Amino acid sequence: MPNIEHLIGALPSAAAQGLIWGIMAIGVYITYRVLDVADLTVDGTLCTGGATFIMMMLAGYNTWFCLLAAFIAGMLAGLATGLFHTFMGIPAILASILTQLGLYSVNLKIMGKANQAINVDRFPLLVSLRYIKDVPFYRNTILVVFLFIVAIIGILYWFFGTELGCSMRATGCNQQMARAQGINTKVCIVLGLMVSNGLVGLSGALLAQYQGFADVQMGRGAIVIGLAAVIIGEALLGKICQNFAYKLATVAAGSIIYYIVLQVVIWLKVDTDLLKLLTALLVAVFLAIPYWKQQYFNRVGGKKGGK
Amino acid sequence: MLELKNVHKTFNAGTVNEKKALNGLNLVLEDGDFVTVIGGNGAGKSTMLNAVAGVWPVDQGQILIDGQDVTKLSEHKRAAWLGRVFQDPMTGTAATMGIDENMALALRRGAHRGLRVGIKKEERENYRQLLKRLDLGLEDRISSKVGLLSGGQRQAVTLLMATLKKPKLLLLDEHTAALDPKTAHKVLTLSDEIVRENNLTTLMITHNMKDAIRYGNRLIMMWEGRIIYDVRGEEKSKLKVSDLLAKFEQVSGDEFANDRMMLS
Ligand SMILES: Nc1ncnc2c1ncn2[C@@H]1O[C@H](COP(=O)(O)OP(=O)(O)O)[C@@H](O)[C@H]1O
Ligand SMILES: [Mg+2]
Repeated sequence: MPNIEHLIGALPSAAAQGLIWGIMAIGVYITYRVLDVADLTVDGTLCTGGATFIMMMLAGYNTWFCLLAAFIAGMLAGLATGLFHTFMGIPAILASILTQLGLYSVNLKIMGKANQAINVDRFPLLVSLRYIKDVPFYRNTILVVFLFIVAIIGILYWFFGTELGCSMRATGCNQQMARAQGINTKVCIVLGLMVSNGLVGLSGALLAQYQGFADVQMGRGAIVIGLAAVIIGEALLGKICQNFAYKLATVAAGSIIYYIVLQVVIWLKVDTDLLKLLTALLVAVFLAIPYWKQQYFNRVGGKKGGK
Repeated sequence: MLELKNVHKTFNAGTVNEKKALNGLNLVLEDGDFVTVIGGNGAGKSTMLNAVAGVWPVDQGQILIDGQDVTKLSEHKRAAWLGRVFQDPMTGTAATMGIDENMALALRRGAHRGLRVGIKKEERENYRQLLKRLDLGLEDRISSKVGLLSGGQRQAVTLLMATLKKPKLLLLDEHTAALDPKTAHKVLTLSDEIVRENNLTTLMITHNMKDAIRYGNRLIMMWEGRIIYDVRGEEKSKLKVSDLLAKFEQVSGDEFANDRMMLS
């Protein structure tokens, strides 16, 4: 049996990573659950956010300004997917794959090479894997990212309660109804993709700080991790409350749980090459559950109807 | 109020599935006209309403609402003039949103939607009063998700939404066809009340000829994408179902009594 202290020692950094990815997962929630669009742009956007942040930091800009830039870079990626989809009529999932592919080149051009590091001792970074232990509590990465998440949930809760936010929710639920009520569904979809990818870009900026570098591969499989967080959160905590803010918090919690489980799997000395496969299978099973449920109930209902 | 001039619409043009759904349709509605629309299955009734609503562009012709040419306007822009209720109760509402939120969306039809709060406190009281009138017990659960309501309840709510902000033109597409007879009757009676109270210009498709005669001040019959019969006023109120059947047989030369859509 591996040493339990190793696991406990690794938990804080797992929580920190889970929180950072939780911001991305909230972005995924907005497209996948609110807008009802499967947006694979995020795999590219995460790196776009990280790369933008690192390059601007290296150029000497203010940290907060760089975060804002990462957010805007993410929004632009969402805009690209949104225009491919609404303006050019490409199915959303394919539109997002196109953007994702294009972003690979964009990310390389932003960084000039496949990987850019940043030294936490020479730049005023907000979060870092070095800020987990032995720092004053207010510098602790877990607290900082937690505050980010609280602020993001607060803003999104407000936003989706506004007239515009309500239009976006209606668009995700029933486009025909939305248009009949005078809502420009195309604009709503584009805006939703922009907000979502903006958050993913921000998450990428925090992740790049945390690990000390941005890498052109850093977003690979991000969408699956985001979906995993959404589904794990819903499965374990979704029944308790229907409030929108709570649902977003659930997604962040799902992300933390995912990273802690991942840590346990690593601690159990499971071959780490298999992690992505395990994640993919886990998400596949969770995505199948509602379908299986429906099939089961249809069969049961059909029998009743036949009597 | 509404003018359709020589409107043509062909679906799947140039394929084996080509279908001329509207074939030189002409129609003028006066202010306050309450028109019932009948016609066999596939006659183009829904297509006519969709053309007015701008679900897709028409191939030819012109559509004017309240004197304005809307032929080139997109669906969401035309919504400013229109209230719509669909045949399928699922279509008219957002299932994952509350009854109050759905109504708030409808109240803002045609208005700019910005960063103001999506639903104000005073609105809810107003919605409660309106829902009370339906007598479906919805006033006590105005924040319930619409997805939890029955088909009849959803249609009633959709009807309220369509008329919450008084539309220039109300489009009802067999909006009681999916409901059980009792609920259908209730929703239809309510529609009639609302239309008359507000003096709404209305196009109501129905497959029930008795209803078509009983309600409204004018009746049109469609066949092959055109209007083949148009009566109003006293002449209309004196109509009998047998007159309509005879009329249809005369035009179509078809064994009309077999058309199940027309009989009920
Ligand atoms: N979106 C569409 N695509 C293809 N064909 C359509 C479409 N809408 C209607 N049609 C066809 O146009 C004809 C008229 O349909 P419709 O207006 O729905 O008839 P109804 O009078 O029964 O409402 C039918 O043959 C129908 O199959
Ligand atoms: Mg129809």
